[in-house]
Amino acid sequence: MATSTILGAVNDALKTALAKDDRVVILGEDVGKTGGVFRATDGLQAEFSERRVFDTPLAEGGIIGTAIGMALYGLRPIPEIQFLDFIYPAFDQVVSEAAKFRYRSGGEYTCPMVIRAPCGGGIKGGHYHSQSSEAYFAHTPGLKIVMPTTPADTKGLLLSAIEDEDPVLFLEPKRIYHKKFKEEVPDGWYTVPLGKAAVRNEGTDVSVISWGAMVHVALEAAKKAREKDISVEVLDLRSISPLDVAAVLETVRNTGRVVIAYEAPRTGGFGAEIAAIIAERAIEVLEAPIARVAGFDTPFPYTLEHVYLPDAGRILNAIDHVVNF
Amino acid sequence: MALDESRVPGITDGERIRLLEAMVRIRVTDTRLLNMQRQGRIGFYGTATGEEASVIGSFAGVRDTDWVLPALRQGGGLIYRGFPLELYIAQCIGNGMDILKGRQMPVHAASRKHHVVSWSSVIGTQLTHATGVAMAAKIKGDDTVVLGFLGDGATSAAEFHVGLNFAAVYEAPVVFLCQNNQWAISVPFSRQSGSASVAEKAEAYGMPGERVDGNDVFAVMGAVREAAGRARDGGGPTLIECLTYRQMGHSSSDDPTRYRDPEEVEEWKRRDPIDRMLTHLVARGLWSPEQTAPLEARINAEVGAAIRIAEAAEPLTADDVFTDIYADVPWNLKEQAEAVRGRKAGDRDWEGAFPL
Repeated sequence: MATSTILGAVNDALKTALAKDDRVVILGEDVGKTGGVFRATDGLQAEFSERRVFDTPLAEGGIIGTAIGMALYGLRPIPEIQFLDFIYPAFDQVVSEAAKFRYRSGGEYTCPMVIRAPCGGGIKGGHYHSQSSEAYFAHTPGLKIVMPTTPADTKGLLLSAIEDEDPVLFLEPKRIYHKKFKEEVPDGWYTVPLGKAAVRNEGTDVSVISWGAMVHVALEAAKKAREKDISVEVLDLRSISPLDVAAVLETVRNTGRVVIAYEAPRTGGFGAEIAAIIAERAIEVLEAPIARVAGFDTPFPYTLEHVYLPDAGRILNAIDHVVNF
Repeated sequence: MALDESRVPGITDGERIRLLEAMVRIRVTDTRLLNMQRQGRIGFYGTATGEEASVIGSFAGVRDTDWVLPALRQGGGLIYRGFPLELYIAQCIGNGMDILKGRQMPVHAASRKHHVVSWSSVIGTQLTHATGVAMAAKIKGDDTVVLGFLGDGATSAAEFHVGLNFAAVYEAPVVFLCQNNQWAISVPFSRQSGSASVAEKAEAYGMPGERVDGNDVFAVMGAVREAAGRARDGGGPTLIECLTYRQMGHSSSDDPTRYRDPEEVEEWKRRDPIDRMLTHLVARGLWSPEQTAPLEARINAEVGAAIRIAEAAEPLTADDVFTDIYADVPWNLKEQAEAVRGRKAGDRDWEGAFPL
């Protein structure tokens, strides 16, 4: 066992999968010789050959479209979209093709593949290197969506996604690729199940439900709340789809107060779905209105990203609001 | 216009007759199913009338184990590979016999056993899949070749560019087969492209391109056979343009008299691919005109029997809405399926046959 960053854990998982499963191939822009713009695929082409780890022409629709063809034929492609912001030319291929093959063909054809994409802000990337567009994809039957928040989870979830029989969108919050978020990561092949949330901090007064990089911001807010004697439970969804509805309802029943924290624009974000589920299934335990802390309904700004991105202070304000309601 | 049999050296008399039969089978099946649509027995239909030589010539030019990514009008190729007619018709009905379980509109048949992939309806999307399948075959070291179909309208789509570009870069063993029937619903080819032909686009991608007479089954078969052979030998992709004509509307929902000159249609009917094949066979002494009506009658009877079998199949059930979304069943789908199952019979106004 060695300590690793999230980025290192991605590389480790890919290497582990390439070594174990001949069907695994990696493709994308700059993933070969240079090892990806973030170095997620560093060294993989040298170790596993250009046949299995290769650069593509610069066209996201082609990356996903050809990966679909490979999956149909029996490979396990892992296409990389360099930034999630660049996925929209491939949107049709993801939502209408990859996610629909099993259904539309009555199970004759399936599309097991993992689309990796760095997501989220906090790296001074402006609108086109910072978005969190999980909600667009969460509206897609046939697609799974995962967003890891720790190195050990990253490896285990990515290996689960690679084993999965259906297409998985694996969103890596690039802000927490950073070496600040290092931890021990087990060697070899292990999996963390998709569709299972994790309680990152136990608490009794209020639940903060979050995913992606915002989980770490929520933990920071929880620490600050503790100074005010407020006990915060932080739930990390880990998977957007399938959603761990039992864990969501359990934390709500524990605390009776809910803050939902996410980076994407507030309106129509995945937080709205979480709020709706809680309202439908656990309204009787709520002591206060559900609060959302999210990005604003604006494009993602470059210079003023710190204004856009929810920080611990904004989450703490929401915590105060629902606790004192 | 005589067929160019020099494209298919060594073709036997039996193979010639088989090609004729396959084309007539499409014509008869299309005629019957379009009638069924008019009678309200199926919801939609699109014929390949006038394009049978392009379809059958293409399938005849590859091996039955080669993969096919079809577009809208290649159902006849699936039947040519042995897909049972009653399953083809059941797909158009969308009942319990449909192996796609009523998930797709008519004329979207697919079968893994026959290596014919499911098409979505979104124009051009299958072209990157075709390239991807071919790349995978090459990665695995298989000698599979891929046939990726498109119409002239698809040449305007982004996926045409991307699919051909990727195929050329990776020297993928794929043959792109454009059935240029000259009309994308109401829009003529002159409004799709400033190019004089589809085939000439190949040059820019760095692959061979050829325009063939799409109403000459031998020309199509020969061109596809050469391209597939080259692909199998590591020679990479080819773009073939079959110049043909859509004699009918785009689909049962279309009225082509709104936008095209009936004289143009009559002109192309005089170049009908089945008539030309019959002329060829008669000239070769393999056929006499008196045999045509009995052939059509025999195939018509086959199709009629298949329709009876398909129409007698059980309807789908509401449960069929909820399967095949994922390999496993997440809680929300389980819950929604149970909710539907729990409704009383009287409430189930959607239950029964696929709504037409």
